[in-house]
Amino acid sequence: MKNKVRELRKLKGLTQEQLAEVIGVSRQTINAIEKEKFDPSLPTAFKMAQLFDRSIEEFFLFESHE
Amino acid sequence: MKKEQQHHLKVLALWTWTWVGTMALATFGPKFIWDGQTALTSLAIFINLLNGVLMISANRKLFNFYDELERKIHLESLALTLGLTVVVGLSYSLLDQTNLISFDAEIGVLVLFVGVTERITFFINRKRYL
Repeated sequence: MKNKVRELRKLKGLTQEQLAEVIGVSRQTINAIEKEKFDPSLPTAFKMAQLFDRSIEEFFLFESHE
Repeated sequence: MKKEQQHHLKVLALWTWTWVGTMALATFGPKFIWDGQTALTSLAIFINLLNGVLMISANRKLFNFYDELERKIHLESLALTLGLTVVVGLSYSLLDQTNLISFDAEIGVLVLFVGVTERITFFINRKRYL
């Protein structure tokens, strides 16, 4: 799934390590999400949405294969 | 979070090594230490079993401290390992039953296979996601 996590993280002035700490995941997980290798769980996506003050749809772009 | 995870990893390492130790004791003790006394052999096997249960419990506690990506990596490698072990294990057993191999199919070989397969699939998965 495409996302704008890196963009929004930088906009907030956070490092991957800091974002990971706030969200409660590892830095590697944040890196994998930003590289679009891994889609986070719903609770993690909601925590990010709260932190970035955006709705999930604004930074996770769902692409239907249908 | 990382410190707690490291603590649980240390606890798991401790239980794993004591499990290996009690396994060695239960395996070689009857022959080399207590001359086949059934009571002591039973006790050694019981202690080893108890130690194994505690090792599994420690592993579960550590698993609960993994984050979602780490869990996914571990679960995928465990699922692959389980599938491969069933398939390879049964083929290995068939080779023994049909006398296509000159030696007996030992469970130890399968345990070694589980360990090696889990490590390989874990590193492949890790490379895939990280």
